[in-house]
Amino acid sequence: MADVKKEHELIVTVSPHVRDEETTSRIMWTVNLSLLPAFFMGFYFFGLKALFITALCIISSVLSEYFFQKAVKKKLTVNDGSAFLTGLLLGMNLPSSLWSFNPFTIHVPIIGSVIAVVITKQFFGGLGYNIFNPALIGRAFLLISFPKAMTIWTEPTAAFLALDAKTTATPLGILKEDGIAKLIEAFGDKLNLYAELFNGHRAGSIGETSVLALLIGAGFLLYKRYITWHIPVSFLGTAAALAWIFGGKNPETGKMLLFAGDPLIHLLSGGLMLGAFFMATDYVTCPAVRKGQIVFGIGCGALTMLIRIKGGYPEGVMFAILLMNCFAPLIDRSMKSDVFGAVKEKKK
Amino acid sequence: MSNAESKISYIGLIKNGIFSENPIFRVALSLCPAVAVTSGVKNGFMMGIAVLFVQIMVNVTVSIVRKFIHPKVRIPSYMFIIATWVTVTDLSMAAFVRDIYAQMGLYIKLIVAFAIILSRAELFASKQKITPSFFDGLGNGIGFLFALVIIGFFRELLGKGSLWGYPIVDTKPLLIMILPTGGFFAVGILMGLFNWIDMKFFGGGGASGGGH
Repeated sequence: MADVKKEHELIVTVSPHVRDEETTSRIMWTVNLSLLPAFFMGFYFFGLKALFITALCIISSVLSEYFFQKAVKKKLTVNDGSAFLTGLLLGMNLPSSLWSFNPFTIHVPIIGSVIAVVITKQFFGGLGYNIFNPALIGRAFLLISFPKAMTIWTEPTAAFLALDAKTTATPLGILKEDGIAKLIEAFGDKLNLYAELFNGHRAGSIGETSVLALLIGAGFLLYKRYITWHIPVSFLGTAAALAWIFGGKNPETGKMLLFAGDPLIHLLSGGLMLGAFFMATDYVTCPAVRKGQIVFGIGCGALTMLIRIKGGYPEGVMFAILLMNCFAPLIDRSMKSDVFGAVKEKKK
Repeated sequence: MSNAESKISYIGLIKNGIFSENPIFRVALSLCPAVAVTSGVKNGFMMGIAVLFVQIMVNVTVSIVRKFIHPKVRIPSYMFIIATWVTVTDLSMAAFVRDIYAQMGLYIKLIVAFAIILSRAELFASKQKITPSFFDGLGNGIGFLFALVIIGFFRELLGKGSLWGYPIVDTKPLLIMILPTGGFFAVGILMGLFNWIDMKFFGGGGASGGGH
């Protein structure tokens, strides 16, 4: 037992032992950077309005974080980029038509940002303690509070200064109201429809339209290993499978036709790409265990398609992610990985 | 609580019910009606009046019969007393304020199951004389009424842009506030505000959280 004394002299700390240069703020700013291509595509298609809305969201998010932390005398963490990210994501999830003075809807993005940062994040204890994705709660709050203003979609013009554009329906809205034939008619032919959806030349929220740009950003994040494939792949895979199985409609009777849906339209439209790669993968609000992340993704995909096909809203990504956010702690707890080297208890 | 003292301050009992042991904001009991019936000031006020009446009568009745009730059957006995007074309230409202009763009749019947009423009967009235029990019921009833009116005030003003049914502004500023979701937002934020005021200005020690 002579060695005991020597052992006590060793410094024992809890893991992690290996440290590197990754910090929260570095990750946050990188995610901000990876969202830029999609934002620029939104800017290109929806013009200055898109820029104004996004800037308004970012400014009010950062300011509300700053003033709340000042007010409750907490450590200022504005520089870590998480409030900036919340504002950017919220702005990219809003329709550009909100920048309008008649009817007056400029206050809508500001209210959303304050709800997102103050109620969803700071009331729960700040970054790392929030149960729900702040930007999505902000958007859900706005969608329920201002149902009219939040569903006016403008036609993408790609004309830089066009401040009053024509209003139109989103592809998913057309799909829900008038069916797939009408949607293909609106875009010419099927191939053109896919191409337009992929490039982002369609009505929708500012940052969700361009799948191409979103994939570039997501690829960058995957390459940097800031996100893993588990959530996006299970999310998109489930959504595609369910769209194929249940998304079809008999053109004559209008009843559901099994195994006749078009998964590509569902994958490329709405906020699915933005949600799957940038919102569902939020570190704080998704499960930490890999197995759990797959369950999380499957749940998100299933709920999204349930809302899209059967629900009252044309788009369900937001509600699906928020609902699964509630389950993230439960998933984590039930899928705990085995402790390395531990002996399993025998079941009685 | 000042059980040990021989003389209880009646004003203190009322204050206790309104502020330091407010049923909703401090003790967090009976939150269901706080969300369900507070979509307007008027509904909240009527509900508060009904609960105030039931609370006082139950406290007084329990205090009168406290020596005849065997401890083993006290909870069922209290439930009978509460149910009696709720029935009295229910039928009176059905007879005299029909239009309001049509809207909230269901919730009036549910007063039977309100935790705060049973809680005061068990914690206070079953051990105290009639007069203190009356004032305790009065204080808690007013506290409940106060909370419901405050919550209803913000929800109606923000959600409908009106107060007591009279329009204040033309638009509906925040539609979410009259939906159930908004009820949770309002209760949560007001509870936090109430605790903050109590801690900051009256030296309270934060919420007690579920005083069963």
